[in-house]
Amino acid sequence: MRLTCPICGERDRREFYYQGDAVALDRPARDADVSAWDDYVHLRDNPSGLRRELWHHEAGCGSWLVVDRNTSTHEVHAVALVEAQG
Amino acid sequence: MKFSGLRVLKEGLTGSKGWTPHWRDPEPKAEYDAVIIGGGGHGLSTAYYLAKNHGMTNIAVLEKGYIGGGNIGRNTTIVRANYFLPGNSEFYSHSLKLWEGLEEDINYNVMHSQRGMINLFHSDGQRDAFVRRGNAMINQGDDAILLDREGVRKHLPYLDFENTRFPIYGGLLHPRGGTARHDAVAWGYARGADQRGVDLLQNCEVTGIDIENGVVRGVQTTRGAIRAKKVGIVVAGRSGQVAAMAGMRLPIESHILQAFVTEGLKPCIDHVVTFGMGHFYISQSDKGGLVFGGDLDFYASYASRGNLPTAEHVMEAGMTLMPMIGKAKLLRSWGGIMDMTPDGSPIIDKADTEGLFIDCGWCYGGFKAVPASGYAFAHLMASGQHHETASAFRLDRFRTGRGILDEEGTGSQHNLH
Repeated sequence: MRLTCPICGERDRREFYYQGDAVALDRPARDADVSAWDDYVHLRDNPSGLRRELWHHEAGCGSWLVVDRNTSTHEVHAVALVEAQG
Repeated sequence: MKFSGLRVLKEGLTGSKGWTPHWRDPEPKAEYDAVIIGGGGHGLSTAYYLAKNHGMTNIAVLEKGYIGGGNIGRNTTIVRANYFLPGNSEFYSHSLKLWEGLEEDINYNVMHSQRGMINLFHSDGQRDAFVRRGNAMINQGDDAILLDREGVRKHLPYLDFENTRFPIYGGLLHPRGGTARHDAVAWGYARGADQRGVDLLQNCEVTGIDIENGVVRGVQTTRGAIRAKKVGIVVAGRSGQVAAMAGMRLPIESHILQAFVTEGLKPCIDHVVTFGMGHFYISQSDKGGLVFGGDLDFYASYASRGNLPTAEHVMEAGMTLMPMIGKAKLLRSWGGIMDMTPDGSPIIDKADTEGLFIDCGWCYGGFKAVPASGYAFAHLMASGQHHETASAFRLDRFRTGRGILDEEGTGSQHNLH
């Protein structure tokens, strides 16, 4: 599997660290209730198919990346910088 | 049909004409007292113990593929009871006791081989941790023996003891640990359940779960609608999809774990050996193949195949530990779908929907748990009460933070186990 880092170009999977579901970008407010935090930390849609994920270009430019990837085929549809997500 | 030495002899002398299929291939009934979704190891053992311990024989196991075609037929077959935390410890201890009586109980040779397992350690700190673990195992009533370097050398003379990065300081020997023939476990439980009247419905994929006013009514399948008073979900890596049919989101992410087998060799590795620092473990099957594996590939996947970096890492770790295996030819590798929970421990619990139960989250350690998981899940489904050996495996522990079972001590969030 290879990911195309928007800064570094196409690189081997070994250079990247997988953080998990991109839900990690949607941190609840500090005073959000328990269920919001449970959703954020624990509960996952865990789809077999297209999924939005957070990866880190650990052995490259150090960017955090949002990756649209298919969990059934390992096909990568899009890679974008987290800060470009707005 | 009962298996015995005499029967094998007789069939051998008469052309093996008397063997019959191990289970029926029934048509689905319109209604059952309970259905189990998932005909893997855990689902089959659940059905077996529902019939045997609780007298529930009007039940069915719904399997989307064929019996024994999932993770139960694709694992590294290790059976052990070396857990540390209360909640885990008594459960795996119970499971090992069930393993020890299993072949007699189900009248099936599962080739359970208590050849001993050795966990290696490579520093003083790691030794302390293993002393503590060994004491926990002994307190639970199981067995553990601390080996120093010479003790390990006696058992495993072929290791590289002088490795600069990971010199071997010793190991924790768990004599009752070992392996079993994974397919036979599925077949044996399937046959045992079938003999007690359980319908094993293969090529029967569940496509929906029927719920009315918060009560489960049955399931929709590719072989038609089936009504059921109770429904148990036991589908490992596919837990997320099946639970979603009941409107549930689970604290589970499905990951890929690879394993590898070499060509058959003469007996050379007599134990299960784990090299935790290198993320590597190995045993030798009775056919002679070296069976080994390592860590997850570490990204979500349903692809049932791994990536090269992890394969390379596992091979490198194997060569670091035991250079003698370097000339063995790799025969095959595969990837299984692991239902990973945040704390690395499983879930056996009721769902919010009345009559709906779930058994999942076995991560990469489900094989050894097959007997006790089915035993406890059957108890829960039949009585509504948690079995005493599995009362810690609560679904709500993540939300409340109470009773987190972080056996590795690395934390409780996805990506840490």
